[in-house]
Amino acid sequence: MPKHTPRLLRGLGLVCALALGATACGGSDGDSAEEQVSPADIRTALKEGGTVTVWAWEPTLEQVAADFEKKYPKVDVKLVNAGTNNDEYKALQNAISAKKGVPDVAQVEYYALSQYALTKSVTDLAPYGADKLAGSYSPGPWNAVRSGDGVYGLPMDSGPMALFYNKKVFDAHRIAVPTTWDEYVEAARKLHKADPKAYITSDIGDAGLTTTLLWQAGSHPYKVDGTTVGIDFADAGAKKYTETWQKLIDEKLLAPVAGWSDDWYKGLGDGTIATLPIGAWMPANFASGVKDAAGDWRAAPLPQWAEGENAGAENGGSSLALPELGKNKALAYAFVEYANSGPGVQTRIKNGAFPATTKDLNSEAFQNTEFPYFGGQKANKIFAESAKNTSTDWSYLPYQVYANSVFNDTVGKAYVSGTPLSQGLQAWQDATVKYGTEQGFTVRK
Amino acid sequence: MSSTTASRPAVPKAGGPGSAPRLRPTRGRRTPGRPRRSVLLTLVTGVVLLYSLVPLLWLVISATKTQAGLARSFGLWFDGDFALWENISRTFTYHDGVFVRWLLNTLLYVVAGAGGATFLAVLGGYALAKFDFPGKRAVFAVVIGAVAVPGTALAVPTFLMFSKMGLTDTPWAVIIPSLISPFGLYLMWVFATEAIPTELMEAARIDGASELRTFFQVALPLLAPGTVTVLLFTMVATWNNYFLPLIMLKDPDWYPLTLGLDSWNKQAATAGGEAVFNLVLTGSLLTVVPLIAAFLLLQKYWQSGLSAGSVKE
Repeated sequence: MPKHTPRLLRGLGLVCALALGATACGGSDGDSAEEQVSPADIRTALKEGGTVTVWAWEPTLEQVAADFEKKYPKVDVKLVNAGTNNDEYKALQNAISAKKGVPDVAQVEYYALSQYALTKSVTDLAPYGADKLAGSYSPGPWNAVRSGDGVYGLPMDSGPMALFYNKKVFDAHRIAVPTTWDEYVEAARKLHKADPKAYITSDIGDAGLTTTLLWQAGSHPYKVDGTTVGIDFADAGAKKYTETWQKLIDEKLLAPVAGWSDDWYKGLGDGTIATLPIGAWMPANFASGVKDAAGDWRAAPLPQWAEGENAGAENGGSSLALPELGKNKALAYAFVEYANSGPGVQTRIKNGAFPATTKDLNSEAFQNTEFPYFGGQKANKIFAESAKNTSTDWSYLPYQVYANSVFNDTVGKAYVSGTPLSQGLQAWQDATVKYGTEQGFTVRK
Repeated sequence: MSSTTASRPAVPKAGGPGSAPRLRPTRGRRTPGRPRRSVLLTLVTGVVLLYSLVPLLWLVISATKTQAGLARSFGLWFDGDFALWENISRTFTYHDGVFVRWLLNTLLYVVAGAGGATFLAVLGGYALAKFDFPGKRAVFAVVIGAVAVPGTALAVPTFLMFSKMGLTDTPWAVIIPSLISPFGLYLMWVFATEAIPTELMEAARIDGASELRTFFQVALPLLAPGTVTVLLFTMVATWNNYFLPLIMLKDPDWYPLTLGLDSWNKQAATAGGEAVFNLVLTGSLLTVVPLIAAFLLLQKYWQSGLSAGSVKE
């Protein structure tokens, strides 16, 4: 089946996205006095009922929506999978531009949320009482939904990083589980030498992985203050990352396989891709997509950039936000709160989601959950630890969606040609600086 | 694909301004006796045949594998587990049988969209070929221009227009744009010029048939081969349409098969999503079967030259 990437749509969104406050883009005109929405108002809305349209691709929400309808019989939750990440953002941007068909609730990943917050195309949830939930979420996700005094979504899940490794392969070649990235490179060499078909991991350039590893290395490439942004990929943290990853690229220790492709699933299954540094939401995908390797895999803490450190990072994860043009806001907020802070959280954990709520991350039951897929390992302990150790001073660009879309044209070159990774990052920086300037941001290098 | 050519020698007529372009009948240079064989030509055709059949073969073989089997076996040979029937039944039942709904949606879009487009093309082509009216040249220019504009370029303006009318996320958003087929109109125009002898229409009129009756009872049967050609074109285009429904529809209940299968395919790349490559492949196989069937069934109507011998020249 042909897959056209509708490139021409990409412009639509951001053309007007940054004409700040311009009504033409469906931004709210001026700052209307923020009214507090009391819990009583929300209760009334639930009693009166109505329809809430939710755009989300998160599979665990199906059960949550069904439970919610059961609890509030007058409410009808219309759950629509309008596409995954970029596809949904395009659709959302189109709907916002056309001012028609905007959903009441939309799933927006953390890296993309600030773009919507900045253009006021999502509702500030603080007046609804979301600001009181500050203490209940782990630091990474909470930091991602906040902007100034506003709260622009409620964290749905999180992806504290861990290293998933194929124990069977490691045991067969007598390789120790790496605890630092240097050891990781060593392990990569040893493995590839022992079995030329096997690689430590696959990577052909992935914006999510790179930004996550920079985050863990203590790099701060993006500094954001309203419409003033700084972009700089030359700090000490970034150097640590490029030096280490350059070795893996130069020595051809990375499998040239695109993430999430069928080849990738195949490699995870037959041991040719031996580790996976990725977010804690991965176990569900392992269980459904890599059935043949059940029992072979284990989770381990993410390798560190220096001996004895203990830094985590977040990879992926989404919030549920209320688009400004949505209707029925009190009702929509009631659903979001139920799903991401109320009873819905438990339902979603049961179905394999990884929570962003500290209460659940720290609960006995959660920490002691045994994963049959990982040979009975209590993997959540490792994930929760990683979530706790994630620094909160990381920010994404207010146009990260665009930035990630040009990652493969810039940094991606380092994987296929002789361009050093550091130069690739430099090219990415140049491209994002140029774009930001064009869009009316004040960009400092 | 070759467009149909009239085997009847064209009636020499003064090509007045704005008369439709003619297809010149091709004269195959057949040497009498046995046709010549060419090793090179046979080889080239064989390669092309392989090139088109191998992907289909791969699809058929892959549809018999389980999700795990896809990962562990060679692409062009069977895995130990033969799971075709199980895959088919799971495809139809997965997510509460949404596949059936998508299939019916696709049929609706094809019947209404492609059927309507063909009907309009036949009407318009006949009128343009057989009637003279002021502004015919302008119409010709517009049609030729429209053929040159790719549908993709029109998708965004169409979306904005439809959302203003409040038609997005309804089946109309897919059906209405599918009704317009400039290429189909052009084809019918050319075909009608060749296939309907003006003398035949004059004869019908002298016998007292109304214009409508002349069209339905005299012209339409003669236009059958061209109609089928246009129907096949529009059918394939509507059946495989991806981009238009992609931007028009957000409600999975109205998805055609292309979008539906794509959404299943993308599940594998979603945190917490279930990888169902086996169902995507089986679904794709089930999706191409009706198209192949349509081609085989409509094959016999492709012969041109139905009007041969209807008039004495």
